[in-house]
Amino acid sequence: MTILQFFIWSLLKVIVVTVVMLMSVAYTVLLERKLVGRIQNRWGPSRVGPFGLLQPLVDGAKLFLKEDLIPTAVYRPLYLISPVIALACALISIAVVPFGSPEVTGPGGFHFFAISDVNIGLLVILGITSIGVYGIALSGWSSNNKYSLLGSLRSSAQLISYELALGLSLVGVVLRAGSLNLREIVENQGKHGLLTWNLFGGFQFVAFFIYLMAAYAETNRSPFDLPEAESELTAGYHTEYSSMKFAMFFMAEYANMITVGCVATLLFLGGWTSPFGDLIPLPQNIVIQSLLPIFWFVLKVFSFLFLYVWVRGTLPRFRYDQLMSFGWCYLMPLAILNIVATSLWLAYK
Amino acid sequence: MQLILFIVFAAFCLAGAINLLLQTHPINSALSLIVVMTSLAVLYLQLGAEFLAAAQVIVYAGAIMVLFTFVVMLLNAGREERTLGSKAAAIVGFPAVVALLAVLATVVLHAPSLDGAAFGDNLSNQPGKTNLDQLSTVLFTNLLLPFEVTSVLILIAILGAVALARHGNGERTAGE
Repeated sequence: MTILQFFIWSLLKVIVVTVVMLMSVAYTVLLERKLVGRIQNRWGPSRVGPFGLLQPLVDGAKLFLKEDLIPTAVYRPLYLISPVIALACALISIAVVPFGSPEVTGPGGFHFFAISDVNIGLLVILGITSIGVYGIALSGWSSNNKYSLLGSLRSSAQLISYELALGLSLVGVVLRAGSLNLREIVENQGKHGLLTWNLFGGFQFVAFFIYLMAAYAETNRSPFDLPEAESELTAGYHTEYSSMKFAMFFMAEYANMITVGCVATLLFLGGWTSPFGDLIPLPQNIVIQSLLPIFWFVLKVFSFLFLYVWVRGTLPRFRYDQLMSFGWCYLMPLAILNIVATSLWLAYK
Repeated sequence: MQLILFIVFAAFCLAGAINLLLQTHPINSALSLIVVMTSLAVLYLQLGAEFLAAAQVIVYAGAIMVLFTFVVMLLNAGREERTLGSKAAAIVGFPAVVALLAVLATVVLHAPSLDGAAFGDNLSNQPGKTNLDQLSTVLFTNLLLPFEVTSVLILIAILGAVALARHGNGERTAGE
């Protein structure tokens, strides 16, 4: 495989994955509106297209055509660049996520179903997430608005605090797999389907719970959506943003949700492998062999997103000090205990 | 390809460093420092030190610099005042910098183990072993004592910070 072929194939993969990612972001918004509507005993969007299916496209067009207001007192360079940072960081992480079977390869052992297979995939995702904080922190500061500043301070503090718990909750999984490579982590737990998933067979349910909580906080979602608590902060860090700049923050939030769902799927739910393991043998057809893993992967990510929306529709918002003490006093020690227990178990085995 | 990437990111790194010194607003300086840190991470990646690169981004760019920007945002630090600079700094400083650079360059040029290619070979070209395996083997066997002593040092620093923060808090409540 020449370098030119590699370049063209990679470019194709990047384009396809980015388009799919953006479309799923748009339709996650619709999913949320529909589901929350049902939870609140109403229909949700239903006018545009069949079942409201064209609603995301219309929303996008509306936001694109809106007037773009920039308040006079903002600090312009940072005000303009922070939505870009937020969205870029949210979209980049998908580059290391393997979303299909690595056994189906093209000429020269080329992997179709992952943009890149990195040895430190998990760390790359954590690193990119930690850079994403700047988008939020800088937008609030540069807007020159007290609500924005308060929202962004809250959000950054929350992100930094819960990133610790999030990172620590993943250590147990990494210990079990003995690798930071996402593909290897999945292969390590895919042998017997449901029974060998890290969530069940690996006894990492404590880690999964911590990850779940930390993930809600990391993506600023209810019940931890304090950065944009409407009743006290108008809209938090993006109060002063309008039109496409607002849309970029919005897309970043949903893209982060999807990435978090992908990571949960890879680390705890067996990634692209079937929940039935080898009980149902795969047919020799290459099309089915390549599409079925993607189906499982998408199904798992979808159920994670469903859970997200369900929690949002059900639970009230926490108070800020409750959020902080929950993160530092309960989740952190629990995560450390989980690491100790997992290491002891592995050493004993 | 390697060379192009090296030149691009080295240029980013230097530009960020110079910008850090020239900017008058503290938040711009902090952001330039982030650019320096991340470009350094890319340079590490080129040397085959992938774990170091990730750690650089997570720890320095992600955690420490966030605290820097936090402080700048919270204290609302204003623009730096330009002074003409002291004469002593100009007279002593420039020759000192030149001398320092000369010494560093001599050391680097004469050290055989710092040759880029050889360095990369040691780190990543062993079959079946990742960078992380090798790093942890060295850290937890040969360098175990320094590693543990460093972690104790960091623990002491954390305890010290907590003690200082507590002390300040207690005084304030006593005064109120």
